[in-house]
Amino acid sequence: MGKKQARGWSVVSTIVKQRESAIFLALLIMMAVIQIMAPNFLSGSNIYLVSRQIALVAIVAIGELFVILTGGIDLSVGAIMGLAGVASAGAMVAGVNPWLAILFGMVVGVLIGVFNGWLVSYVLIPPFIVTLGAQEIARGTILIVTKGWPITNIPKSILFIAQGDLLRIPVPVWIMLVVAVIAQMVLTKTSFGRRIYAIGGNETATFLSGVNVKKIKFFLYVIAAFTASIVGIILVARFESAQADAGTGWEMNAIASAVIGGTSLAGGAGSVLGCLIGACIIGILANGLVLMRVSSYWQTAIIGVVIVLAAVLDHFRKK
Amino acid sequence: MENKILVMKGITKSFPGVLALHNVDLEVKPGEVIGLMGENGAGKSTLMKVLTGVYQPDSGTVTWGGKQVSFTTTRQAQVAGISIIFQELNNCPNLKPLDNLFLGRELDRKNSPFLDLKTMKEKAIEVFKYLDVSVDMDTEVRNLSTAQQQMIEIAKALLTNTSLLIMDEPTSSLSDREVTKLFGVIRELKSRGISVIFISHKLDEVFEITDRIVVLRDGENVGELVTKNSTQQQLITKMVGREISNFYTQRTSKAADEVIFEVKNLSGPPYVEDVSFAVHKGEIVGLAGLIGAGRTETARLIIGAVKKTKGEVLLNGKLVEIRSPEEAVAHGIAYLPEDRKVQSLVLNMTVRDNLTMSIHKVLTNWFGIINRTQEREITDKYIKSLDIKLTNREQAISSLSGGNQQKVVIAKWLATVPRLLILDEPTRGIDVHAKSEVHRIIAELADSGVSIVFISSELPEILELSDRVVVMREGKVRTILNRKDATQETIMNAAFSGSANDVKETA
Repeated sequence: MGKKQARGWSVVSTIVKQRESAIFLALLIMMAVIQIMAPNFLSGSNIYLVSRQIALVAIVAIGELFVILTGGIDLSVGAIMGLAGVASAGAMVAGVNPWLAILFGMVVGVLIGVFNGWLVSYVLIPPFIVTLGAQEIARGTILIVTKGWPITNIPKSILFIAQGDLLRIPVPVWIMLVVAVIAQMVLTKTSFGRRIYAIGGNETATFLSGVNVKKIKFFLYVIAAFTASIVGIILVARFESAQADAGTGWEMNAIASAVIGGTSLAGGAGSVLGCLIGACIIGILANGLVLMRVSSYWQTAIIGVVIVLAAVLDHFRKK
Repeated sequence: MENKILVMKGITKSFPGVLALHNVDLEVKPGEVIGLMGENGAGKSTLMKVLTGVYQPDSGTVTWGGKQVSFTTTRQAQVAGISIIFQELNNCPNLKPLDNLFLGRELDRKNSPFLDLKTMKEKAIEVFKYLDVSVDMDTEVRNLSTAQQQMIEIAKALLTNTSLLIMDEPTSSLSDREVTKLFGVIRELKSRGISVIFISHKLDEVFEITDRIVVLRDGENVGELVTKNSTQQQLITKMVGREISNFYTQRTSKAADEVIFEVKNLSGPPYVEDVSFAVHKGEIVGLAGLIGAGRTETARLIIGAVKKTKGEVLLNGKLVEIRSPEEAVAHGIAYLPEDRKVQSLVLNMTVRDNLTMSIHKVLTNWFGIINRTQEREITDKYIKSLDIKLTNREQAISSLSGGNQQKVVIAKWLATVPRLLILDEPTRGIDVHAKSEVHRIIAELADSGVSIVFISSELPEILELSDRVVVMREGKVRTILNRKDATQETIMNAAFSGSANDVKETA
């Protein structure tokens, strides 16, 4: 009995020591408070809507996580979403088979990632400035092509990727689960993942260990662009149109999700699970504030406070 | 105490595990130029750091200008009149000479927050005139030559009314003409009663410029020489310490005739020039020289961490092109870097993660998924065979002792099953016991047929392990000594420049 209890405690203590446990606890407390203040929070329809929103942020955040794990940053993911969406919608409206059009949108989005990765890894330009530039390039391209007008008349056949559900769970949530499982596998089971953490921990040592650091960093920006493109296309299906400003500010939500989830901006630490919890905190907080009828001006400020708070707590936890 | 500006007495300073200075005395008279000499790690810079307030001594006293002092910052030392010019010049390359000269001591116009540029400029021109150097005042410091930057540092010291100037390896990147100029300035300072402590590895320069030479060895003051009454040979003998030079247990070499690895005329940044040597199967080739001689730089060129400009690398007689550490590993060349924490380990990862870092190719399947079972087996195998002390292979590498961390790094490279293993200062910063274990491992590896290049700044271990010794100085191979010809004296003779009799190549 005593032995069993001891083992039980060691399991508990391992869980508690996990980086993600503290924020998960914070998430639960937050949900409880919101539920007390706004009883319709846990209603089926609200959960359905919130989970779909969170899933989209989470997918972008997971791509961003890969970049941040090596100490990099990608500010262009929001604009990549917009560009991928406009590219695929444009192709659909032009009469291309919708699935081919989606593929086209993905390729266009990923090309921005190739641009980022090449400049950061091989030309050695700081990622902040490269991806800031890429953001403007992508946004500008969208405006040149659309002149600011939305692209409408999206074929009905693809709308289910945003609006449909499977076993009463929204399709975007399923997509997020697939992305999360693959990302988790890559980060924890493969040498590629191991090396990503190693580069974030000590890039010099990793390079001298015989790892092709440049190639790996290059692919991280491609991955971030890939996941952003997925979400950009889902947004087209959700609004049944491609908006010129779609994805604006999403890079900040993605970075915030990762950081709230315990990802170190210096690199080397962070997890898919943390990212998911971070995305939940941001999504549920925003939703809860709406349900509690907090003014939207306050919402923005409160989310800002949470981001800073998460970073400060993480800083002291490490000490 | 007549006529002494500085008296350091009984200075002792220890760091965890190391006694860096033991009961060291040093005296300097006004207008005297002192040469401070010693091998790498003899305690020269620690002594200077104690003097300038970077470190506090554990015991001993510093008397400056007749008063006992204990500086706690370099700034206090500077205000009192002691300035130090480091080998790595300490300036802001993005600022102009004037800004650097008055950095932290800017002059303001009376009763205003604005800089008094006019006075600052006048003072600068005055001091440069005194030093008889011309410095372009309108360009950023990064565009000036090293010699000019150094003159700015000297000028800075003069502007603070320095009476003792410490120069750490001031000539290491100067041309002959610039050295002559520098020495002219030093003589000028001397004639004005300013004392200079001159730290250098270049014997001929030390003999040219100093009045007296103080020799440190293993943190102790082992004697002084009056420069004009001494020879370079006497100085080398003092630095090396004859009494310990014959105590090494000689390893019986099992090296074969077959040449495994060869470099020919290897040249490349920052200053490696025409390096050639060969390593036989099962041979340990010691790579000796002073810090900055180009040993690490040579290793980095070999493994492709830095792009070479010239030269060939041959493995088993075949020409190979190595453009990155990745390709070096693929060719069976392993390089253990000199700085464990900065260049070898990912400190926030586990022992296992670090140990298997270089063998992912072996451990992964087609999808890149790591075979955990195999990974654990290999990790455990090396933990056992190298006797690495730990509680769990999943513990953070940072929680191990320095010696055990280093063993993990050695294991990481052994796991790649290298043909050539380049070890760069593998025993630096580890305790005596771990050191002897590392020595044993190196000897066993060589006996099992691995070819080894052993870089070390400690002559005793070079002599203990090496079958042959390659001595470098200023980026070039100066001599290659067979085991029987290698002694502390022959190595030091070749490692220091300007030595009386350069040993001819014997291998």
